[in-house]
Amino acid sequence: MSDNTANTVTVPGDERLDNLKVRKPVPWLSRLPLAKDLSIAVGWQKGMLVAGLVITAFFLLVAIFAPVIAPYGFSQIKGANGVAFPTQSAPGAGHIWGTTVGGFDVFSRTVWGTRTAVIAIVIAVLLSIFAGVLLGLVSGYFGGWVDRVLVVIADAIYSFPSLLLAILMAIVISGGQSSLWGGILASGLSITVVYIPQYFRTIRAEVIRIKESAYVESAKVVGASTWRIMTKHLLRNSTRTLPVILTLNSSEAILTLAGLGFLGFGIEPTAAAEWGYDLNRSVADVTAGIWWTAIFPGLAIVLIVLGITLVGESLNDLADPRLRARKSAGEVVGSIEDTSVDPNEKPGEANEVAAELESLRIAAAADEESGGADRADATTEKEARDE
Amino acid sequence: MSQSAIQSAAVPEPLARHEAEKKPPENPVAGPPEQPSGAPAKAAEKPKKNRISGGFFRFVVTRFLLIIPTVFILVTVVFFVMRATGDPISAAQGGRLSPQELQRRIHDAGYDRPLIVQYFQYLGNLLHGDLGTTLTDNQPVSSILVHYGAATLELAMLSLIVALVVGIGLGRIAAKHRDHGADAGIRVFAILCYATPVFFLGLVLKLVFSTWLNVLPSSGRSSLSTDMQFNRLVSPTGLYIIDALQLGDMHVLLDVLAHAVLPSLALGLLTAGVFIRLVRTNVISTYNSDYIEAARSRGVSEKRLLSKHSWKPALIPIITVMGMQIAMLLAGAVLTETTFEWKGLGFMLSNYLKARDFVAVQGIVILIAIIVSVVNFIVDVISALIDPRVRY
Amino acid sequence: MSETTTTATPHLGKDELARIDDLSVSFMTDAGSIKAIDGVDFTIPKGKVVGVVGESGSGKSVTARSIIKLLPVTAATSGAVYLARRDGTGELDALALSGEQLRRMRGDEAAMVFQEPGSVLNPVFTIGWQIEEGLRAHGLKDKKELRAKAVDILKKVGIPDAETRVDYYPHQFSGGQKQRIVIAMALVLNPGLILADEPTTALDVTVQAEILDLLRLARDEFGASVLIITHNMGVVADIADQVVVMYRGHVVEQGDVEQIFYHPQAEYTQRLLAAVPRIGQQLTVHDDEGKALERSSDWRQEPVAVEAKGLTITYPGRLMQPDFVAVDGVDFTIHRSEVLGLVGESGSGKSTTGRAIAGLQKVSGGSLNVLGVEMNGVKERDFKPKRADIGFVFQDPGSSFDPLMTIAENVAEPLLVHHKYSSVADAKDYVGDLLEMVQLPRAYMNRFPHELSGGQRQRASLARALALKPSLLIADEPTSALDVSVQAKVLELFKKLQIEIGFACLFITHDLAVVDMLADRIMVMHQGRIVEHGDADQVIERPENPYTRKLLASLPVPDPREQRAHREHLHALAAEAV
Repeated sequence: MSDNTANTVTVPGDERLDNLKVRKPVPWLSRLPLAKDLSIAVGWQKGMLVAGLVITAFFLLVAIFAPVIAPYGFSQIKGANGVAFPTQSAPGAGHIWGTTVGGFDVFSRTVWGTRTAVIAIVIAVLLSIFAGVLLGLVSGYFGGWVDRVLVVIADAIYSFPSLLLAILMAIVISGGQSSLWGGILASGLSITVVYIPQYFRTIRAEVIRIKESAYVESAKVVGASTWRIMTKHLLRNSTRTLPVILTLNSSEAILTLAGLGFLGFGIEPTAAAEWGYDLNRSVADVTAGIWWTAIFPGLAIVLIVLGITLVGESLNDLADPRLRARKSAGEVVGSIEDTSVDPNEKPGEANEVAAELESLRIAAAADEESGGADRADATTEKEARDE
Repeated sequence: MSQSAIQSAAVPEPLARHEAEKKPPENPVAGPPEQPSGAPAKAAEKPKKNRISGGFFRFVVTRFLLIIPTVFILVTVVFFVMRATGDPISAAQGGRLSPQELQRRIHDAGYDRPLIVQYFQYLGNLLHGDLGTTLTDNQPVSSILVHYGAATLELAMLSLIVALVVGIGLGRIAAKHRDHGADAGIRVFAILCYATPVFFLGLVLKLVFSTWLNVLPSSGRSSLSTDMQFNRLVSPTGLYIIDALQLGDMHVLLDVLAHAVLPSLALGLLTAGVFIRLVRTNVISTYNSDYIEAARSRGVSEKRLLSKHSWKPALIPIITVMGMQIAMLLAGAVLTETTFEWKGLGFMLSNYLKARDFVAVQGIVILIAIIVSVVNFIVDVISALIDPRVRY
Repeated sequence: MSETTTTATPHLGKDELARIDDLSVSFMTDAGSIKAIDGVDFTIPKGKVVGVVGESGSGKSVTARSIIKLLPVTAATSGAVYLARRDGTGELDALALSGEQLRRMRGDEAAMVFQEPGSVLNPVFTIGWQIEEGLRAHGLKDKKELRAKAVDILKKVGIPDAETRVDYYPHQFSGGQKQRIVIAMALVLNPGLILADEPTTALDVTVQAEILDLLRLARDEFGASVLIITHNMGVVADIADQVVVMYRGHVVEQGDVEQIFYHPQAEYTQRLLAAVPRIGQQLTVHDDEGKALERSSDWRQEPVAVEAKGLTITYPGRLMQPDFVAVDGVDFTIHRSEVLGLVGESGSGKSTTGRAIAGLQKVSGGSLNVLGVEMNGVKERDFKPKRADIGFVFQDPGSSFDPLMTIAENVAEPLLVHHKYSSVADAKDYVGDLLEMVQLPRAYMNRFPHELSGGQRQRASLARALALKPSLLIADEPTSALDVSVQAKVLELFKKLQIEIGFACLFITHDLAVVDMLADRIMVMHQGRIVEHGDADQVIERPENPYTRKLLASLPVPDPREQRAHREHLHALAAEAV
């Protein structure tokens, strides 16, 4: 989207650019968000992105085909012949990853757990995006006391350890006892509440930056309605950092879900398989030297989080010109300004500083450049290829 | 030509003075302008030693006052969220008591009054430092802090040391060897660090070092014999390392340290993953800034550019965000303490959760919220102290 | 070391400090390599100022940076940059250096002054430390000596009270002072060559004059050669002894400053010089048949479109700080079909005034009547119908269009908002007409903003502003981000449309020469007040206010002989003021 704009700042009519492929039409395939990022990436940065995508795709497939892959149900403790599974049996022929103290098949539970994790992420991310984006848009555009109150609340919630908040939410939503969908929904909702502030802050920062930009001002001058400005200009332009935050938050969502499960606030074993719960059960096993009940679900968590995080980090690197390994032609031609942080940024009131700095961490590095980006645009023509 | 040279040499000073007295430049796009050159204008009139300005104290005061709404909001949210499930007594004793008995207890504890009344009473009690009394073992929540706070503090400090050493060290190496093998390796390590749930890492560490290799204890803060030793102390601090030093007994100290290694490593690495990323990103972005390029153009060596010129500016955002990670560290402490049966606030929280003692849970959660707010404040002040733009 | 860099036959003449020999630089990108400069050749004599002029993309900055090999890793160079050693022990080829040798050469033989003084000073170190850092890099260790040198050089560049302020941080200085400090950092190393890359572009014109004086000082007192990169012909005329003209990566012409200005050989140089706005030059526009266009009516007879009485605009101060008064009780009127030029430096309140007229900025006091609506305390509902009658052209051609919308969608926005058309598709024909009116091909309507150049974008911006045929147009620095040749064309177009449509216009700019070409009347703003206000000729030729005089005198004239006299005049004015 607007990466495109950044990458193809060109000075028309310059023969030095005509030979380059930047001016040529781009095939539609490479306009898809991820495909485009793949094509920009080079070297091991590309390796990271590809590895992340492969791992993530693998887990998605496992989640979809769990019934086919898993030899037993997640709450099955008896074989088809009615004979109970052995308890705490080491990995072997009948149960390739062994069984738990309760007689569950570790492999099956790990496979089914993928499904739970994926569903919880989807619910959590979808809900928090909608709420966060809406609030951020309104709060950032209108400002005033509503904005201030929302910011203070978001900051307060944000500074709060997210796991504790998720625990509280889990208590409220499910009273701590979970059923099938109820449990997943409860976990999803708890995670949602935790992550709304993140989306809210990112979108708000973007909106505040964009609303000062000349194109929003010019819409205001011609008398465009607030609704038009918000839907036509702000919404589309402010959501470009979302994919990055989205992936990074999905991985945090899995960790939170597992943390809840580990503390016993996840989903009951009879309702669905959940890795955190399985790890909770395995604490006692570990001291007895029974490793398989802990290692497999644990590795599943590590891998899925690793996969999603690799995707998110690579996207972040690619979106941030300062971190990209190699620049696109457009940027070299464009300007040097966008490679600099804005040293003129003065810290104002504390929460503003915090908000600004924080957005670094949550990978919305583009916010920071608010000043810098505008300046870069202004000087694009003046300085074009002068670096 | 010589004529103009003499003149131009004479010109700068008066004009420069004029310039310093100029009004702040307007910033037509960004709305209300900050007032940047107020300070130089004053400085030009009254040259004096460059001391910490009123602006800095204003910053500290403003930042301090911000703690109040933050804590207030958290208390409110926690209170109403917890009470939305119903009263804590039925949650805790639900099936076990007869309805009449339950009703009587609820009435005695005042949980049948309107919610808003209970809320204000809770706030009032909070101002006196009263966080409520646990249902299960009937002790004031504030005494939990006294008994178990030190353990959590000790774990947090040790993990923070691990995180700082690993995070800053590896982060700077990654930034230095940016886009090379070492960088890629460190980044994957960092991602692994925070992709691994702290309790899983804890379990793996226990499995390897205590079950298989049998070199480190698997749980607790000390062995029984050490506990006996501590009983001799007149004024135990609760921080076992300091207590061990007080005793001056090497065995005790080694025992305490052996118990602390695995938990602080597990929690420290989790945080280190975030720190590596944070340090790397910020050092790289300052390293790419114009002032680094300018210093390079004057012949400053790359090594010095990296270790000095880009490190200090990068430190400001790094410290601020590190402060925010304290919150994450405390959440991680809950899980770590549970995994290692490290008897701190987190371990107690997890126990009360299992016992469905929501009064205790609420108290501990609010306690942690207050700690986080205060820590964030301190960290912000520290980072402001490094930043001359806030200091002067 | 000298074996590797000094060759048997010297490449430099006796009076030559540096020679750029067939220099080419290309950048690797993901789309292949781009040649930024190609076969650049020129010499820098000892103790002279060489000006390199060129428009955006001419490769002038890359050339300067190549001299100290300050290029990104993706750059590939060929050719040579020979530099005479300062100690007289022969010469070196900068491009052949690497590692430690390169590091030692930087700053020692040639030092650089950058465009943005605000961003090249490290915000968390004192300026003294930063000055000393360059000396430390070149082997000076003694603490007392370091400090003495830092204080001394600060005094030399005109920082008052240098002993105290050596311990100040960059944010405690104004923009002009920061640039002095940047120059001090270069001068303290006592290099043979100072590379100044657009050193005055980010500064106000009055400050620019001082910085140029300082660079002359570097030549005359420090004996350094100065290579100054600029797009401003006035700056070249003011300071350069020799001029190199660059265009699209090539040197098109080089020579003595007098030769370049009075006998330009290359066609490009001639065009460039012709496009430079000059004081006293009237802009005449012609219709399609070549007849000069004139306004049919006298603006003085026309009704008043905008009237301000004691207009005051304040920005609320931050916590516990006083409000900032941006516009402080100004009075003015704009008649229909009149062009009012509003001139001022940054911070003068000129943009704020323009924004208030367009309803983008709340009026805090006094009265501002825009097309019959009182803006003090106006409700958006009441003002909205009038918005169709107001156009606004923004300074920044880069961000004035929504990057995700096509030019057609952007230009049609006012038409849709005021329900002249129901959709972009409906408005297509009219948008096409508008684009043709601003001399853009119709086909451009399907392009995205980033696919247009700055000048084209500014034309499209004009098309959008004029889409509803407004009776009032506010142009906020519409040409200051453009190259001079592009600026000339946009100004011409602007004037033509103004005559044809006859809108009232507030033209905001920092450039007196530009405003002199267009405006009927001129207002000069300084620190939120109007210090001078009158007919264009009168303000330009017989300025009464000392500030206006200083502003005029600071503006370099693109004519070396005239500029010399002009500069004397400025110095005389400055002496008077003391």
